[in-house]
Amino acid sequence: MKKDCVFIYSEDFLQYKFHDAHPFNQLRVKLTYDLLRAMNALEDEQIIKPRIATDEELALIHDQTYIEAVKAAGKGQLPEHTALNYGLGTEDTPIFPNMHEASALLVGSTLTAVDYVLSGKAKHALSLGGGLHHGFRGKASGFCVYNDSAVAIKYIQEKYGLRVLYVDTDAHHGDGVQWAFYDDPNVCTFSIHETGRYLFPGTGNINERGHGAGYGYSFNIPVDAFTEDESWLDAYTQAFREIADFFRPDVILTQNGADAHYYDPLTHLSLTMKAYREIPKLAHQIAHEYCDGRWIAVGGGGYDIWRVVPRAWALIWLEMTEQSNISGDLPESWLKKWQALSPVPLPREWDDPEPLYPPIPRKAEITEKNGQTVEKALYLIRSQRQQTTDTNPTIL
Amino acid sequence: MIVEQIMKTPVITMQPTNTIAEAIQLVRQRRIRHIPIVDEENRVVGIVTDRDIRDASPSIFQIHEHLEDLQKPISAIMKTDVIVGHPLDFVEEVAALFYEHKISCLPIVKDGKLVGIVTETDLLYTLIQLTGAHQPGSQIEIKVPNESGMLSKASAIIAKRNANISSVLLYPDEDENYQILVFRVQTMNPIGIINDLKNAGYTVLWPNLPGGSS
Repeated sequence: MKKDCVFIYSEDFLQYKFHDAHPFNQLRVKLTYDLLRAMNALEDEQIIKPRIATDEELALIHDQTYIEAVKAAGKGQLPEHTALNYGLGTEDTPIFPNMHEASALLVGSTLTAVDYVLSGKAKHALSLGGGLHHGFRGKASGFCVYNDSAVAIKYIQEKYGLRVLYVDTDAHHGDGVQWAFYDDPNVCTFSIHETGRYLFPGTGNINERGHGAGYGYSFNIPVDAFTEDESWLDAYTQAFREIADFFRPDVILTQNGADAHYYDPLTHLSLTMKAYREIPKLAHQIAHEYCDGRWIAVGGGGYDIWRVVPRAWALIWLEMTEQSNISGDLPESWLKKWQALSPVPLPREWDDPEPLYPPIPRKAEITEKNGQTVEKALYLIRSQRQQTTDTNPTIL
Repeated sequence: MIVEQIMKTPVITMQPTNTIAEAIQLVRQRRIRHIPIVDEENRVVGIVTDRDIRDASPSIFQIHEHLEDLQKPISAIMKTDVIVGHPLDFVEEVAALFYEHKISCLPIVKDGKLVGIVTETDLLYTLIQLTGAHQPGSQIEIKVPNESGMLSKASAIIAKRNANISSVLLYPDEDENYQILVFRVQTMNPIGIINDLKNAGYTVLWPNLPGGSS
């Protein structure tokens, strides 16, 4: 077992809770933790308690007035109309008691992960409480209050002066992080997601490439609805490899929303556990190739918290700690403990059965279209590379 | 929405006596495609586009020949039958004007003087704003009978879920007895709304089953 990985965890992650019927449920982090513990894949000394982000740290990204509004909302002191201007008290991000403290803990968790990796105490760190990529500078959006990933990237820039590659595999576009660094050439953002034609937030088009000095440092691959493992992985692998080669990051931050799975109720993609094995594997490889292993992974979306998220997120940790060759049955003790609480039958095995769903009628068209999307998204760096090889054929 | 709200000011202009060489320089430096030409009183007397300038420039194969041509005044190449608009024109009307006359910019004139300019790019940007596509939201399309009151009934269902509508688009279905309503709703979780709409008897076109519209 590898000693150079840390798992940032606290039961207090569950305090970030809107209400019982809300799709965003941090119980999934506990389910993942429990699954890893049940199979003895996570040791005591690898578990690190998160700290709470300070106001100064939150203000790296967020407006002070917004932070004050969140604090007041959590104490029930924010008038409804004012709250709505900050995106608080909506159907997506309802107000709940102590919401500032709960949200700041998720940011602190990701900052804890950053400090472990960048101070050299660990090679990789996993902060599954984080990944709230829709949070804006002055507004809550899409279940997210504070944007832990954006704060963490700014924090890395200020404290360590490093170049960050942010890779977002959530089914929704990572808009909050993208816009926070849209004009910054020292942060490269790459989001692969279901097309925003119908799905929230609607952005993440190929032509969102950055602005000013940051032009060419923002990458988006919007895949078609009903995209399956093969086509999705093909796009992810090509893009991640070429972007890493182009940007040469010092550190990689991956957002691991697990809502592109076929079972996820909020999206229309058709990935299976096969993709969730490959996603962290490639991130791991690239982190070693370009960043001396420096890799911070965070959570994100994932709304089938019983059948999808625990397995998908456990696989990130298993990949980090080089235990990912696992397959077959899930631990009996875990199934026994949680089946009683689950409204659906829990999967018995690590991998999904084949086939998991009926054939997708327009598979060939979808695959072809996604291929074109990748080509357009990578057009700038491909033509640039072509030029370099043309003028200097010895460098290859 | 009226032109005044979307037009660009101040306008980068030239006088008829400026040279073609200066126009080439200006278009490059300021990354613009249209230069309104004005007299001393700021009245529009002509317009020059990047295409007019390109037509007047030497070919890249003869880049050093006939350089004296570039010293000619811009009045020699400017178009003088300029179509102009007014700050109070409606954006929709102006859009139709672009289409009808196949133009790509419209100088805006008030009291006979140039006060702004609207380009194709500005119009497209405005259209994006109007569709609400720049704000986070989910899109829901429903098919309704072409009768009065349908929009209000459907939006009442959305309002009950406390979700803010950022834009509404309405267009005719292939079957003229129906219309398509397109809502952009500020929520990441439209499932409740979609179920409410279905329960109320509406046909939700999207989000849909595999193989349906995409």
